[in-house]
Amino acid sequence: MPETPDFEILDHTADVGVRAWGKGPAEALRNASLGMLQLIYDPSTVKINESREIEAVGRDWPSLLVAFLQEVLYLVEVEGWAIKDLEVVEVSEYRARARLQGEDLDPERHLVSGEIKAPTYHMIKFERDYDHWIAQVYFDV
Amino acid sequence: MGLLRNARQKDKYVWEIPVGTQEGMRVPGVVFGDREILQKADEDNALVQVANVACLPGIVKASLAMPDIHWGYGFPIGGVAATDVEEGVVSPGGVGYDISCGVRLIKSSLSWEEVEKRLEELLDHLERGVPKGLGTKGRLQLSRKEMEDLMRKGVKELVAKGIGWEEDLECMEEGGCYPGADPSKVSERAFQRGRDQTGTLGSGNHFLEVQVVEETGPLAEEMGLFEGQVVVMVHSGSRGLGHQICSDYIEVMNAALSRYGFKLPDRQLVCAPVKSREGRDYLAAMACAANFAMCNREAITHWIREAFEATFRAGARKLGMGLLYDVSHNLAKVERHLVDGKEMTLMVHRKGATRAFPAGRPELPERYRAVGQPVIIPGDMGSHSYVLVGTKEAMEMSFGSTCHGAGRTMSRKAAKKKIRGEELKRRLEARGIKVRTDHLSGLAEEAPEAYKDVTEIVKICEGAGLSRRVARMRPVAVLKG
Repeated sequence: MPETPDFEILDHTADVGVRAWGKGPAEALRNASLGMLQLIYDPSTVKINESREIEAVGRDWPSLLVAFLQEVLYLVEVEGWAIKDLEVVEVSEYRARARLQGEDLDPERHLVSGEIKAPTYHMIKFERDYDHWIAQVYFDV
Repeated sequence: MGLLRNARQKDKYVWEIPVGTQEGMRVPGVVFGDREILQKADEDNALVQVANVACLPGIVKASLAMPDIHWGYGFPIGGVAATDVEEGVVSPGGVGYDISCGVRLIKSSLSWEEVEKRLEELLDHLERGVPKGLGTKGRLQLSRKEMEDLMRKGVKELVAKGIGWEEDLECMEEGGCYPGADPSKVSERAFQRGRDQTGTLGSGNHFLEVQVVEETGPLAEEMGLFEGQVVVMVHSGSRGLGHQICSDYIEVMNAALSRYGFKLPDRQLVCAPVKSREGRDYLAAMACAANFAMCNREAITHWIREAFEATFRAGARKLGMGLLYDVSHNLAKVERHLVDGKEMTLMVHRKGATRAFPAGRPELPERYRAVGQPVIIPGDMGSHSYVLVGTKEAMEMSFGSTCHGAGRTMSRKAAKKKIRGEELKRRLEARGIKVRTDHLSGLAEEAPEAYKDVTEIVKICEGAGLSRRVARMRPVAVLKG
């Protein structure tokens, strides 16, 4: 059983973000993704029927975070997929690869509550902080 | 925080943040508002963003903010920045992710008495006719070539397909076709995200509202507005296509940033010279998104007309359903303006601000040339909306710009915590406003309490001379994604 994702939703007047932690960058990426998905639908309603893979490339850690979340978002928005959980199987500063589990998105059953236009660079953080990693990102919604 | 103590009040509603308040400022910041607006913007850190934008290479006159200013990404929402096209930059963040997000108003010759009796039926037709948010497919499945044609030629291409009216074209900025669009500058991914989304409303603060004109002032008659008239407002943008184009070019410009040697206070302000390859490519892609956004609103308009036709068993032309105007509040445009007595060609970024040109400007269609440009200001859900008109003063003070709406004052989470969707729906319905939405929790996020009072914002815009009121509308029904 994967660990309960460690993240908090950041909420400022006009925008919304996620701050996630992990023992390493892979876990922080997973938790940031699950935080983002929670803003779109309720992942607890999603069943696992299928798995998919994504890959993202970046120029540095923050841009990798943005690129990775864009890939996750693309699966939801364009492929019409609801993600239950994911595992980042490979990560470096320039590349991340992940396996995701989920099923076809059903707006009613999955309690879709909104859309995310994009992850932004506003106050972005993806770095080691003492003995763990922190991933912070704000979204345009 | 704390920039307010540096701000100098220049006029009743004009505040200046002088050069030097923050390192790197090339021009002062100017915020239009009263003390309360300034205070709130300061607490919000939005004044820092006004100062940050003042650091953009080639910015002229001032980094401006309209009275609906609030904290944004890089740029404040309500921000207006003009750069010299010869030496200045263009910034995708100064346009935003929802490129050419905007508002339009569709008129009718129907009075509220006529519509009230059939409102439920009309809403049924509207709900069936207009696709909303995530997980709903658009009604238009376009091929790659058809998408490219829409991006290149804008709304007239849609009209050629039998969607929308020829006469709508003159009631849109740029006649429904933003120049310079080049689909080869749009990524495959952006195409994919926009593919099935032509004519979909989207969620968040996007909506369709049936409204009644409640009060009219001078120029209303010239614009074809009368008290008791039923009108329809649409608020939507360029959907996934625009979001992806913005994301793509932020990456492109980030990669090129060191080459241009720009030092920016915020990564989200990333930019490239207007005349550079990156700048030109972005503008060509942005134009595609702008055309897509206008097509999106036009397709929605077409289905609104069909819903009225089905409800009233009469043609939409017979029902007087012409377009008042279509404004974009997230866009960068090349415009000629006077700066210190000198005429300059500028790239005017409006991020949550509306172009508001006065009578006489050559950009205006003939029907509005003697009247001035209609400016459409949506209220938050359940409150009033406005039609304003551009002024000469705005040309001098704000590059012909005014506010775009109310502006949030409460976060989404706070709104959700405080207000339950069902309760809000009941409350609105008790006030005679019907609500149709798929997601009640999304409704709570957009509750009226979460926004500033749009009437106050509009009054301040008028007080500052940025625009004048023409008509006020009250909502009778809201459809949300």
